[in-house]
Amino acid sequence: MDFKKADEMLKICETKGLSISEVMKQRECSQFETTEDEIIYKMKNAWNIMKESATTPTKTAVKSMGGLIGGEAKKLNEHRAKGKSIVGNVMSKAITYSMAVLEVNASMGLIVAAPTAGSSGVLPGVLLALQEEYKISDDRIIDAMFNASAIGYLAMQNATVSGAVGGCQAEIGVAAAMAASAATELMGGTPRECTYAASTVLMNMLGLICDPVLGLVEYPCQNRNASGAANALVAAEMSLAGITQMIPLDEMLDCMYAVGKRLPTDFRETAKGGCARTPSACALCNKHF
Amino acid sequence: MSNISVFDVLGPNMIGPSSSHTAGASSIAYLAWKMAGGNIKEVEFTLYGSFAKTYHGHGTDKALLGGILGFNTDDKRIRDSFKIAEDRGVKYSFIINEEETDVHPNTVDIHIITAQGKALDVRGESIGGGKCRIVKIDGVPVEFTGEYSAAIVVQKDMPGVIKHIASALSDRNINIAFMKLFREGKHERAYTIVETDGSLPEDLKEAIMQNKNVEDVMLVQI
Repeated sequence: MDFKKADEMLKICETKGLSISEVMKQRECSQFETTEDEIIYKMKNAWNIMKESATTPTKTAVKSMGGLIGGEAKKLNEHRAKGKSIVGNVMSKAITYSMAVLEVNASMGLIVAAPTAGSSGVLPGVLLALQEEYKISDDRIIDAMFNASAIGYLAMQNATVSGAVGGCQAEIGVAAAMAASAATELMGGTPRECTYAASTVLMNMLGLICDPVLGLVEYPCQNRNASGAANALVAAEMSLAGITQMIPLDEMLDCMYAVGKRLPTDFRETAKGGCARTPSACALCNKHF
Repeated sequence: MSNISVFDVLGPNMIGPSSSHTAGASSIAYLAWKMAGGNIKEVEFTLYGSFAKTYHGHGTDKALLGGILGFNTDDKRIRDSFKIAEDRGVKYSFIINEEETDVHPNTVDIHIITAQGKALDVRGESIGGGKCRIVKIDGVPVEFTGEYSAAIVVQKDMPGVIKHIASALSDRNINIAFMKLFREGKHERAYTIVETDGSLPEDLKEAIMQNKNVEDVMLVQI
């Protein structure tokens, strides 16, 4: 069993009455001659790594290799603990955990690329926030990860997840689309509603450039993981409320890819434009090199 | 790109911060470590392109050295690889080459001396998402990725060697996935790279070495 487009995936889901996560598991087993037990075991391992990387820096600040970030997750965590969060627990936790993962990543800790290292905070951030706030079992989170990987697979198959090719919209944008779809399934949405949520995110993050200060996976990457997590929750909320999207996921992926390829190379991970070329960033540049 | 798995999307499990500059770099060195048969005494890395420019902030140097110590991409010891190398008495150095630009942006040359005094030169490229490929062995252009277990045979380019290698594999019931021959020139040194399904038995090396035109065999188990 295989599919190459979101439209084909939805047809399989709707004719067989299956969720996206179930269809993705079946695809994996049939395409890679493996068993469901095997892939669930591997996914559990990935989830354990994600949880650890999302929580460790909330207690102890971690300083990055490049020295541009460190301690953000702890600040957010303390802010919420004092009852001062203005966005509520789900959103507050999602952005805390997604920033935490980037702290671990930037300090040479262990993370799961999702779909890339620079965007590795979004999915664990959203999933762990929902798990804690809605008392969701690990087994259901594992399913949601298969749902997320279906959206990531479609992006890799039909567009790109590389910042050097398509800008940040391809990294954080896709990571957030994955998280939006996973959150939608987790909270009771249909497969089609999952794709609406993914479409919404790609639309809302369309054109976002990749402009890392000093060329490092730190800043603004960490901020954008938080913003990706927030975008994912916004899109999932809209979709679960019954808001449909006139542009389907396949078209949004093509659109994101087309926009990405037309971005000047200065805005695609070269650190030659955007935030990386602001006076404050350039001042650091002179100090570092 | 070949067929995409869920673990290409959610993965690799890796030491950060960059799949291309950290995970891909450690993968190249890890393959070189396997090719050298472990136990490396001295290593010199030459970094090109983006590796040369941003290696420090991405921990490319620690990742490369970690790979040479036999650490896989998700091994937390990578962060401390400088200290571990010193403890183990492994000599290492890094050369930055920003003059040569006619290479893949993330390229490294690894010059290895093993404890047995054998020298090995490997060039690798980190091609994105933590994936890599080896593109030169001892200066000869080759290509393999480390996705499959591989036997790398260093031989004189003479008739009968390929047949000998194929028989050694078939005698052990090993299925060949890909087989490629790379050579310096007619009747000169050549490299046969056989990528196989499943693992390779240790006695395979000895069996292939039986042919008088075979100089060396490296087994890379995945």
